[in-house]
Amino acid sequence: MNEAERLVELIPRLRRYARALVGDRASADDLVQDTLERAWAKLHLYRRGTDLRAWLFTVMHNVHVNKVRATRVTDTLDDELPELAQRASQGDTLLLRDLDRAIARLPSEQRAVLLLVTLEEMSYEEVARALGIPTGTVMSRLSRAREKLRTMMLGQGAAAKLKVVR
Amino acid sequence: MSTEPTVTEADLQAYADARLGAERSAEVESWLAARPEEAERVTAYRRLGEALRAAYDPVLAEPVPQQLEAAATPRPSARRIASIAGWIALGALLGALSGWEAHDWRRPAGPLAEGAAMARRAAIAHATYSPEVRHPVEVGADQEEHLVAWLSKRVGTKVRAPKLDEAGMTLVGGRLLPGESGPVALFMYQSAAGRRLTLYIRAEANGQRETAFRYARENNVSVFYWIDRDCGYAISSADLSKDELLRIATLVYKQFES
Repeated sequence: MNEAERLVELIPRLRRYARALVGDRASADDLVQDTLERAWAKLHLYRRGTDLRAWLFTVMHNVHVNKVRATRVTDTLDDELPELAQRASQGDTLLLRDLDRAIARLPSEQRAVLLLVTLEEMSYEEVARALGIPTGTVMSRLSRAREKLRTMMLGQGAAAKLKVVR
Repeated sequence: MSTEPTVTEADLQAYADARLGAERSAEVESWLAARPEEAERVTAYRRLGEALRAAYDPVLAEPVPQQLEAAATPRPSARRIASIAGWIALGALLGALSGWEAHDWRRPAGPLAEGAAMARRAAIAHATYSPEVRHPVEVGADQEEHLVAWLSKRVGTKVRAPKLDEAGMTLVGGRLLPGESGPVALFMYQSAAGRRLTLYIRAEANGQRETAFRYARENNVSVFYWIDRDCGYAISSADLSKDELLRIATLVYKQFES
C-alpha cells in the first residue's frame, strides 16, 4: 500500500480527532485538509517504515498550533463569519452536548493529550513523540484534563441553572 | 515493612486507561479498595473515556468529503501544477514572441486571430484557477447577484452566469481577470464528481461581429470559443471531453441568445 492509500485510510481518524479538537465540522475538515496538504508537502521528511499515523498526528498538531496562533490575530474577522459551529448540536443527548462543551473549555494542550490517548488510543510514549513533549508532561496534562472535565461534568447541573438566572 | 505498594497519579491514569500489566493492575485495585473517593474518581475517568468515544466515534462512519480525499491523493493536481508551469512558460514565450499585452504589428489582424488569442488566454485562466481547492473563485455562487453585478460593471457589458444544471454543472463562483483590452469575467462550474469548467467572457468593442463555434486544444485544456455581438466567450475544461464541452457550449450560447 502506498502513502496516498494509507493517507486516505487515515482520513476518518484525522476527522474524528479534529472534530473533538476544534468542535465544528467545517473548521475540523479545514484542519484535516490543511494537514493532508502539509503532509504531502513534507512527505520527504517522513521516514518510511515508521508509524505514518503518528507522523500525521504530529503534522496535524503543528498545523493546528499555527492556526490557533493565526486565529488570535484575525479574531475580529471570525466574529463576522456566520455561525457554523456544530458543537452544540453534535450529540443528541444532553450528556454529549455538555461533554462537548466541556472539552472545548480545556486548555488546548490538555485537550490534545486527552484526545490522543482516549480516541486514538495512542500509548503515552506515542503521544509524547507526536506532540514533542516528555512523557511526564503527557501524564500530568492527561491527569489535569480529566480532573477538569470531571469537575465540570459534576457541576454542570448547577452551572446550567446559574446561566439561566444570569 | 509496608505491604502496601506505592501508587502514583500516573499509575491511576494508566489504570483508568487499562494499560497496566495484570500484576500492577491488581496492586492498584487493592490500593483503590481502601480509598473509595479515589476509586470513584478513577471510575469517572473511565466513564469519561467511554463518553468521549461515544461522542466522536460516529465521525469515523461519516462519508469522507471529496475535497479531503483529493487532498490525500494530490497526484492529478501535481500533474496539473506541472501543466500550469507549462502554461506559464508557454505564456512567457508567446508574450516574448508576439507582445502578449501590447499590440504588435506582427500579429495577424482579424477576428480569427483575436478569437484564437482569447481561447489561449481562457485556457491559461482555466489551467491556473481550476485546480484551486480552497480559493477557486473570488466571489462564491452564494452571492451570485453581487458577483454578476460586480463583473458586469467591471467588464463593461452585461454578463451573467448561465444555468448549466441540465448538464450537471453548478456554479462555484467567479473572478475578475485582466484581459487584452480590459477586465474579463471568469465563471467557474463544477459537477458533483468535481469536474470543472470555466466560462471566460470579455466585452467586444466592435459589438457587431458574430463567429461560429471554434475549437482549440491547448495542452490538456479543451476550449470552445465564439463571438456574439457584445461579448466574446470561451468555455474551457481539462476534465470534460470535447463532445461534453460542445454540448455545454451550445447550452451557454442558447441562454445568451435569448
